[in-house]
Amino acid sequence: MNHTRRNFLKFAGLTAAGLCVASAGGALAVSGAGSAIRDDEKVLKAKRWAMVIDTKKVGTKETIAVLAKACHAAHNVPDIPGKQNIKWLWAAGFEEAFDQPNNYMDEGLEKREFPLLCNHCTNAPCVRVCPTQATYKRADGIVAMDYHRCIGCRYCMAGCPFGARSFNFMEPRLHLDLAALNKEFPTRMRGVVEKCNFCVERLAHGKQPACVEASQGALVFGDLSDPASEVRKVLREHYTIRRKPALGTEPGVYYII
Amino acid sequence: MKLYNGGKIITGLVIFLGIFLAPLAYNAGKAAYIQPKLKMPENEKECVESKEFMRTKHMQLLDQWRDWALRDGQRMYVNSKGKVFEMSLQKTCMKCHTNKAEFCDKCHNDASVTPYCWDCHVQPEGLKK
Amino acid sequence: MLEKALKGSPKYYIWIGFLLLLILGGSGVYMLQLMQGLTITGMSRDVSWGFYIAQFTYLVGVAASGVMIVLPYYFHHYKKFKDLVIFGEFMAIGAVVMCLGFIVVDIGQPQRMLNVLLFPTPNSILFWDMVVLNGYLILNVLVGWTCLECDRQHLPHPKWTKVLAYTSIIWAFSIHTVTAFLYQGLPGRHYWLTAILAARFLASAFCSGPAILLLVIMLTQKVTTFKANVEGIATLAKIITYAMVVNVFFFLLEVFTAFYSGIPGHMHSIVYLFKGVDGHAELVPFMWTAVALGLGSLCLLIPPRLRDNIKLLPWSLAILVIATWIDKGLGLLIGGFNPTPFETIAPYWPTGKELIVSLMIYSLGALVVTILFKIATEVKKETGASQKEAVPAEN
Ligand code: SF4
Ligand code: SF4
Ligand code: SF4
Repeated sequence: MNHTRRNFLKFAGLTAAGLCVASAGGALAVSGAGSAIRDDEKVLKAKRWAMVIDTKKVGTKETIAVLAKACHAAHNVPDIPGKQNIKWLWAAGFEEAFDQPNNYMDEGLEKREFPLLCNHCTNAPCVRVCPTQATYKRADGIVAMDYHRCIGCRYCMAGCPFGARSFNFMEPRLHLDLAALNKEFPTRMRGVVEKCNFCVERLAHGKQPACVEASQGALVFGDLSDPASEVRKVLREHYTIRRKPALGTEPGVYYII
Repeated sequence: MKLYNGGKIITGLVIFLGIFLAPLAYNAGKAAYIQPKLKMPENEKECVESKEFMRTKHMQLLDQWRDWALRDGQRMYVNSKGKVFEMSLQKTCMKCHTNKAEFCDKCHNDASVTPYCWDCHVQPEGLKK
Repeated sequence: MLEKALKGSPKYYIWIGFLLLLILGGSGVYMLQLMQGLTITGMSRDVSWGFYIAQFTYLVGVAASGVMIVLPYYFHHYKKFKDLVIFGEFMAIGAVVMCLGFIVVDIGQPQRMLNVLLFPTPNSILFWDMVVLNGYLILNVLVGWTCLECDRQHLPHPKWTKVLAYTSIIWAFSIHTVTAFLYQGLPGRHYWLTAILAARFLASAFCSGPAILLLVIMLTQKVTTFKANVEGIATLAKIITYAMVVNVFFFLLEVFTAFYSGIPGHMHSIVYLFKGVDGHAELVPFMWTAVALGLGSLCLLIPPRLRDNIKLLPWSLAILVIATWIDKGLGLLIGGFNPTPFETIAPYWPTGKELIVSLMIYSLGALVVTILFKIATEVKKETGASQKEAVPAEN
């Protein structure tokens, strides 16, 4: 809020000085001092959003496909065959997911599949490397993307150690079912990178992420900084791991093993 | 004073001026520009801001909406009359302006601008292959 | 001075025409890429940078390498390099132009490229790379052009060019260091995540770059009246040799660290490149060719007798260039992305279209270098500096 206020004041000053007549700030200049911006009343807020995934409950390709479908439908993610594909949420085996093979593992665990998605890292390398701030970190811990600004340099893909990002090598609409688009959400254009956005657009209107909603309780989403939150409760009660902790990115997605 | 290569220079200048002024000559005598007729929303009389403002400044408004919604995470816009709108091209603008071809394209085509909003944002008519 | 590039022999025109043709043909394919997207390349979700960025990286090295001539000349007053300095600078210009070209063709949304300037982001190394590369281009254009112009008019070089030349020497190190930082600061890419990467980059640049320059200069001698100082060439060959030795040494340091520690992450990429993993051995023949050629070039360059053999030298240099190119123009990128973050192998090979677009950029660079070298040699001819004997002593 503070941030916005400051921008307002700065802006008002500039307008008064007549420096800003034709600039991007013109909106308020014309519409007068009454204008303001704010949250939706229903908005869900947090200091640090995080997700806990109970892999005992969603541990097969089929169950994870349900989550992926919910996510991809909500965000108009195309289904592109081949190695130039795009995915926000997908399934992978233990070794692929955690890069810490253990021999003689319990068979159930060895065969288990794990839902992978962007970790919304606290020290996100993708944010660090992006030359345009098209990938940026919000105050609530969500690593978001501004597809309007992305130049498609793919530095963030090299930077992300979790393979969470996909590049639109081609026109994504060629691989979308155009009749079944979610009309409340855009598609992307070719030449930009995309990834899971922790459903910011849903949180803004008081809804849980699409995958969480589709998971029948296997995925828990909440504020990591709030000791009373649901995620903190499950974290206290279960043994969880995160992907590649040694790299220090501090993922915000936890896996109950 | 003598102008070296005077002939060539002057010919060059004449050709340059000719090309430079060609568009003016081409349009001379044509009817003045007429604002295109837009298909206005039926159920809604007032836009987010005044008509004049929207006509000339909607791009700046959208630009700011984008940054406010995406970067600042503030999704609601309170206009000068105190009315609240969600800052969203697809969920707000296009809910009233339900036809891109009859609305957006009209002026954009006349002004010969092709904003690439629709490369990502889904137009209200829906998309066809 | 530009007018000097306009008058030339028929052969010169044919060469220029040939390059223009390649550029034209390549831009057709580039248009296709603009319309269809980078899907026409062999890149994938897992290998998200490919041939373009690899060429960029290699050419930053070539651009930086001019410093191997400029530095001895300015810092150590090594006069034997006097007639080569301008070529070092002009080569750097051509190389930077190619670097920028490869960045542009690699970007998914080139029309938004200026976002890098509109939203300057100092924590991104790519931002700094843009700054240093463009700075280096400007420095070399200013210094090279002004000095040549002064030579032409028999005037002493203005003082400020010296200041800029000194700056450009330090700057040259920075461009390749920053380019290495693009890679070596990324967590989880073990092949790149090594403090010695920048040093390796510089070493390989300082052997391959001057080698390319020397080859081009030899060619220039063939087609123009220009004649480089023989001793200067010998010294440059010596520098190349030392740099190559250091380059190989640095690589062996990597190998030691990886295999003595036995840490899988450190070993994986190297094993993939030289032996293959999970039945994927796409790069193995190339990497061993690089090893053979690299060692071969050392055998031909280290003994002074062989190195000073002016007939043999081009061959030694050529195989050195090929070896370093495979290492940096192929292995570095593909090895860096493999194994993927999922410990799998994602083979990559550039497509024909990708290669044609690359050829377009290389032709553009060749065009720039040709024109600049043409101007430089014409000026030298006019002032009578570093010319062949009027009547060749033998043959
Ligand atoms: S998982 Fe990758 S894309 Fe997501 S925040 Fe971390 S580094 Fe960025
Ligand atoms: S591809 Fe886009 S988001 Fe990724 S680093 Fe480049 S500009 Fe930033
Ligand atoms: S949080 Fe939202 S965007 Fe992320 S994977 Fe789940 S549904 Fe997709």
